[in-house]
Amino acid sequence: MSTDTNTAVETKRASLFSKKNRKLLKDPLDDSNPITVQVLGICSALAITVQLQQAVIMSLSVLFVMIGGNVIISLLRNMVPDRIRIIVQLVVVASLVIIVDQVLKAFQPDISEKLSVFVGLIITNCIIMGRLEAFALGNKPGPSLLDAIGNAMGYAWILLVVSIVREIFGSGAISLPGMGQVKFLPTSWFISEGGFYENNNLMILPPMALITVGLIIWIQRSRNEALIEEN
Amino acid sequence: MEYLSIFVKGIFIENMIFAYFLGMCSYLAVSKTVKTANGLGLAVIFVLGITVPINYLLENYVLKEGALAWLNPEYANVDLSFLSFIMFIAVIASMVQLVEMIVEKFAPALYGALGIFLPLIAVNCSILGGALFMQDRQYPSIGEATVFGLGSGVGWWLAIVAIAAIREKIRYSHVPAPLRGLGITFIITGLMGIAFMSFMGIEI
Repeated sequence: MSTDTNTAVETKRASLFSKKNRKLLKDPLDDSNPITVQVLGICSALAITVQLQQAVIMSLSVLFVMIGGNVIISLLRNMVPDRIRIIVQLVVVASLVIIVDQVLKAFQPDISEKLSVFVGLIITNCIIMGRLEAFALGNKPGPSLLDAIGNAMGYAWILLVVSIVREIFGSGAISLPGMGQVKFLPTSWFISEGGFYENNNLMILPPMALITVGLIIWIQRSRNEALIEEN
Repeated sequence: MEYLSIFVKGIFIENMIFAYFLGMCSYLAVSKTVKTANGLGLAVIFVLGITVPINYLLENYVLKEGALAWLNPEYANVDLSFLSFIMFIAVIASMVQLVEMIVEKFAPALYGALGIFLPLIAVNCSILGGALFMQDRQYPSIGEATVFGLGSGVGWWLAIVAIAAIREKIRYSHVPAPLRGLGITFIITGLMGIAFMSFMGIEI
């Protein structure tokens, strides 16, 4: 009897890092990246990538909402009638987003001001609804949790790359909390100090976010030819 | 005149897609042909035109600080605005469901054209975005809020029909293989966004 439970525990433990579970975590980072392959959650990804700091806060918020939403919906999946599932999902997600919004307003008022409506828009961020529909509704809480972490990470790294590129080229420096402005070129090179280097203000404008993501897709798909679309 | 200005601003200057990237997911997913893009665009105009005024009433008579004063002067310092996300999204989801049922019953032809898109719209960021911008900008009357909703809807429709037309044509050109489909759509949207920025600063 005891050996039986032991083996059961063993298999359960082994299954946490089984191939399937690792796939759940790893796939969204590249092969099924929510932004560049599944085309989910683009709105927020583009709008708040002017600065690294905003992108980090946004990624953390999405991580929190995704984990909460995926686990809760996965626990509720057998109780919710099919017809009203969208409304149930929206209510769960909206409550989580309200928590995030209130926490941000309380502890990071500046960032909350800058993100403006985009915190609220996490509710309709398709990455969250998409994963709830596609995964959490049909799977146990454990795998749903991993799926949520994987997808949020896949979302986060694109956000970070885009915001780093835009901030470096657009402002010539990255502002990190606690370190102030980190410049990548000697200050005397900048045109404002009498040098020759001028910041590319185009990078700060919204359309450049789209073009940067387009370039990331280009790089990703030329490395991974399985992802190439047929027109 | 005020109305016209809000309407034109919604279409060109503060275009949902090119200035705020709202509703990008469906914009990218449903823009392969002009016909379906047109259907989705019309559905967005329709739903924005209905939900923005309803959310306006909700915001001004229930949620805003002191908005409940019409019920009883005692409620003048009740502030329910932290509930606005959940109320807005509930209104949007139920309105979309309701609109779907009404259209199915009374206008089967329209339902045939818009039907499959309506459920998609509940999670289209531009609808909730419309409600949140309405809250942010504090329009003085319901008329202006409605015009803002319709204007943003038309702007969204314009954007998706334009990109769908471009994507139909681009099929005949030699796009580098890794850029085909999604990649080139992103880049074209970026270029269109730059073009739309030339509308900035127009005063009407």
